[in-house]
Amino acid sequence: MRPFTYERATSVEGAAKAAASVQGARFIAGGTNLLDLMKLQIETPTHLIDVNHLGLDRIEITPEGGLRIGALVRNTDLAADKAVRRDYAVLSRALVSGASGQLRNKATTGGNLLQRTRCPYFYDTRMPCNKRQPGSGCGAIGGISRGLAILGVSDACIAQHPSDMAVAMRLLDAQVDTVDGAGARRSIPIADFHLLPGDTPHKETALKPGEIITSVTLPKPVSGTHVYRKVRDRASYAFALVSVAAIFAKDGTARFAFGGIGAKPWRVAAADAAGKQGAKAVAEAALAGARTTEHNDFKKALVQQTLVSLYRQQEARA
Amino acid sequence: MPSDHVTRRGILRGAALAAAAGPALSPAHAAEPAKASKGTPMTPVELTVNGREVHLQLDPRTSLLDALREHLHLTGTKKGCDHGQCGACTVIVEGRRINSCLTLAVMHDGESVTTIEGLGTPDRLHPMQKAFIVHDGYQCGYCTPGQICSAVAVLDEIKAGVPSHVTPDLDEVALSDAELRERMSGNICRCAAYPNIIAAMKDVAGEAKA
Amino acid sequence: MKFDTPATTNPIDKGRVVGVAQDRIDGPAKVTGTAPYAYERHDAAPKPAYGWIVGSAIAKGRIVSIDSRAAQAAPGVLGIVTHANAGKLGKGNMNTAPLLGGPQVDHYDQAVALVVADTLENARDAAKLLRIDYAADGGKFDLAAERLNGTMPPSIFGSPADTKAGDFDAGFAKAAVKIDQNYTTPDHSHAMMEPHATTAAWNGDKLTLWTGNQMIAWGVGEVAKTLGIPKENVRLVSPYIGGGFGAKLFLRADALLAALGARQVGRPVKVALARHQIPNNTTHRPATIQRIRIGADKDGVIDAIAHDVWSGDLPGGGPETAAMQTRLLYRGPNRLTTHRLVTLNLPEGNAMRAPGEAVGLLALEVAMDELAEACGVDPVELRIRNDVQYDPEAGPQRPFSSRKLVECLRAGADRFGWSKRNPKPGQVRDGRWLVGMGVAAAFRNNLVAKSGARIGVDRAGKVIVETDMTDIGTGSYTIIGQTAAEMLGVPLDDVTVRLGDSRFPESAGSGGQWGANSATAGVYAAAMALRTKLAEKAGYPADQADFDDGLVKYGNQTQTLAALAGPDGLWAEDAMDYGDLDKRYAQATFGAHFCEVGVDMDTAEVRIRRMGGAFAAGRILNPKAARSQVIGAMTMGAGAALMEALEVDTRFGFFVNHDMAEYVVPVHADIPEQDVLFIDELDDKSSPMKAKGVGELGICGAGAAVANAIYNATGIRLRDYPLTIDKLLKARAA
Repeated sequence: MRPFTYERATSVEGAAKAAASVQGARFIAGGTNLLDLMKLQIETPTHLIDVNHLGLDRIEITPEGGLRIGALVRNTDLAADKAVRRDYAVLSRALVSGASGQLRNKATTGGNLLQRTRCPYFYDTRMPCNKRQPGSGCGAIGGISRGLAILGVSDACIAQHPSDMAVAMRLLDAQVDTVDGAGARRSIPIADFHLLPGDTPHKETALKPGEIITSVTLPKPVSGTHVYRKVRDRASYAFALVSVAAIFAKDGTARFAFGGIGAKPWRVAAADAAGKQGAKAVAEAALAGARTTEHNDFKKALVQQTLVSLYRQQEARA
Repeated sequence: MPSDHVTRRGILRGAALAAAAGPALSPAHAAEPAKASKGTPMTPVELTVNGREVHLQLDPRTSLLDALREHLHLTGTKKGCDHGQCGACTVIVEGRRINSCLTLAVMHDGESVTTIEGLGTPDRLHPMQKAFIVHDGYQCGYCTPGQICSAVAVLDEIKAGVPSHVTPDLDEVALSDAELRERMSGNICRCAAYPNIIAAMKDVAGEAKA
Repeated sequence: MKFDTPATTNPIDKGRVVGVAQDRIDGPAKVTGTAPYAYERHDAAPKPAYGWIVGSAIAKGRIVSIDSRAAQAAPGVLGIVTHANAGKLGKGNMNTAPLLGGPQVDHYDQAVALVVADTLENARDAAKLLRIDYAADGGKFDLAAERLNGTMPPSIFGSPADTKAGDFDAGFAKAAVKIDQNYTTPDHSHAMMEPHATTAAWNGDKLTLWTGNQMIAWGVGEVAKTLGIPKENVRLVSPYIGGGFGAKLFLRADALLAALGARQVGRPVKVALARHQIPNNTTHRPATIQRIRIGADKDGVIDAIAHDVWSGDLPGGGPETAAMQTRLLYRGPNRLTTHRLVTLNLPEGNAMRAPGEAVGLLALEVAMDELAEACGVDPVELRIRNDVQYDPEAGPQRPFSSRKLVECLRAGADRFGWSKRNPKPGQVRDGRWLVGMGVAAAFRNNLVAKSGARIGVDRAGKVIVETDMTDIGTGSYTIIGQTAAEMLGVPLDDVTVRLGDSRFPESAGSGGQWGANSATAGVYAAAMALRTKLAEKAGYPADQADFDDGLVKYGNQTQTLAALAGPDGLWAEDAMDYGDLDKRYAQATFGAHFCEVGVDMDTAEVRIRRMGGAFAAGRILNPKAARSQVIGAMTMGAGAALMEALEVDTRFGFFVNHDMAEYVVPVHADIPEQDVLFIDELDDKSSPMKAKGVGELGICGAGAAVANAIYNATGIRLRDYPLTIDKLLKARAA
């Protein structure tokens, strides 16, 4: 871990301003991913701005009937929130399927959106990795890639996005609300928030330097059966091989988002459109353009089978 | 949660403030002056650890785990992976269990920390500690303090109605073996005393089988 | 004391303390966090400096140059140890590669430097400032690709790499039913919870290492040899060890570099391996390729059996001895076992919990399941039919000292509800789960080793035992206390046990499941010597004195231990040594594993629903801790079956998933209730304790029971471990 200076921010605007003015500054909230990476010098901020005391920990109903979730709401609290449990159960389910109780007690809503990949070549600083060190190459391509992405990948990077929460947020069409160092506010649709690697895999989000996430806003609840199914190598405390967030509406339509397979939380309109046709059609649409390796090719079948399972359960409910 | 004390101290920190602060007063370091490597400005941190207020001068890079182990000599909290992958470092901060390895001590300035040493001592065991002995809920003992801190917090979480991955109905949280196993999964025990740990927790929760 | 004739009735047979379930006497220290581990010796070595290991970035080649100027100038840095300034170092007898590499590099993450600084934060940061230029030099990393280059290793723990009896080829050729299959197991990581860690301090030319080491006396010798100093100048202290499973059998880089660092900077230095360094820096269980051929008659009675094993290691290393159990487990006149060793430039392979059997049975016991199906014989019954009460390679002249495999199979099956199993695969559904049951035999060799102890009674009549035996979670403290309490007729509470210090008499140490039986036998020997002294002091004939209730009794005379000990106390020291009973008798532990799994009918996720087993391992000294050892080992077996694998990048030559997020081991949610039954057994040819090892038996066969249950649930037979979702889906699609 490189040395850094530390400050505890007292206002959102102040935090954003400080971040914009100090080169190498980073915000720290839960810290569960940032400190992990700082210890390995994958992240090397020179200045940490502790945003934990900015009061961004409220969950409020919006005038539009949606939900505004403060960026600092802890994963545990978001999953346990009564409105979330009632109206956005898929989000609750996604949250509690991630990490561990201890990590969820620290991890925040904003921080989770910024969670970085679990690619083992990203994590080993002696290995080539275009995401960590632009231009160094991709160790994962041609290497061990069982856990890595099959959608949205490029010749430069096949890293997967590891978040569960973000998959549910993607399903729910969340907006990411921010403030920048000049005090300008904007809302970024989650579809645009995470970037595909292309030939710049080190650029992961639409955030500008110094821009801070203040909240995540959900539109009005989507009615139907909310499910989040995560398939992994052990029963708990593991990253997804494949996860599927879904809402099955009473009229037979459905919407889907996927984790574990994409360079970012994955959702395609064609998969939603195929909802009435069943698992196979949804899988086919979702997997269009998939690019696999010999290690992660199974994820295609696993996506389909996870959908088969969800449809089977849905039929059993009906 | 944030007290006046914290608000008062919620200001820019850095070399200037460190220079103005007094020497460390923790028992572990009472005999030595605040250590200050050249080039790394120390930051004052006040914690209430197991009910006792402690004052530290820390390199801002110091994790809460290392502050406990290396500075306060509270070595009951263990370092198994230092990356949030094992749970051996679990402590209870402001009533919640967290991995003390993945948080900086300075981020907890003004907060209250309970470690395994604060739950009980060999002469005055916490009920969960006693139950771990009775049910042989450990072998090598290295993950044990983290398991026990987690176990204590898990029973509270269930009481508070916090749902888990295996909660059948998100609005009806109840104690069950499956709930305990899922919630304890962030505490790895390679010796694998798992069923014994669950038995200890059920015992404490008053759910032990007759 | 020498154990060279079978035990007769002795004080242990009283069974007042030994054999009775006891809470661990080290429990209060462990549950309160007051038990000190190696990195926590603020009491013994105050104000240590902190060492951070730098691991090699290449698998094989040379260090061209090390530029340490930036690191040396970094805040708080006190010293940097590299091959260039470490002085001449020897290599321990049990280390395959040098623990400090350079200029030659032998494997990825081999330690090449130690940066010592005033704080952990400074040491870790400065370690990244070392600039090391390497010249990489190819290397071989792919076991399957190198398989045909395997050679016969010289010998395996004193027995030949290959064995033969009868004529396998002829027997197999004429067999009515034949099984011929290949099985593969990956590299495994011990993944004990406490990383390798050491605090080192020099006092003049005397070195003390507070370290996590399973084998204190080995460690002393290896430190002395590596540093080129007399053994007398080395002290190892290891009272608590946060898990070992074989990872801490040997001197490793943490201890050597802490010693070198402390010497260089002139103050105590402590070093712990970072978790992500452990899989590539330290040892691991090597991957295997195994071919098993079994020829049987139509009723499943084996006539011919062969087990060929390929594994790899660094030059000078050893094989994974996965065919060993096949020499002893089942009948059949025509037999063949072979081991072939391939040179690989991966990190060092070495012992992990039940080396040989743990992975050998993953293959053999699936092959037996396949044979059962081919013959249409129940898998439990098949194993009973193939039981043999003598070493089948040597013949009836070498019987087993005790062998209750059949009893384990019968009692285990009964308790598990085996009769409810549908022998036809893929027939049982419970909601979305396909449900199946599997069985596997458990087998682990019983080893004994010379072990010493010192035992004393103080003026208050309290007993103290000292031995360099270690407790790695096995429960050594408690069984040693029980043994002393039984022998001297005092309550367990009156015994203080001190372990893991090289100043104490040399013990067997913790490994190969020999520790419990051997170390307590050593305490037995010392206690016999003390009984003699006490009886003599009392004026009673030693062989007729009874020790009970804190009293020494003879006829209707009694004297208290306290009075006999006198103001200075009374001590005795002895060791238990062994004759040739283990040559004359085959000695092993046995069991039967049962498992019920659910396999998701769509996604192929596997969930263990129940595990159970019956085990015969001689006298069970502390049934409470023994049960814990067995369930823990069963869980490690479940991990091997379902998830554990170090993934080899054959381009760069390293284990890619080198942390605990990526090398997954079972968590709470993976493990439901586990049931353990111990079969009554006393083995009078094993030791005066009439006990055998039990710490490794539980892993042996556990994973195969899981694999066989998956087959019963789904009809999918996988032979390439671990049995993960990707493989199950692929097999189902095929």
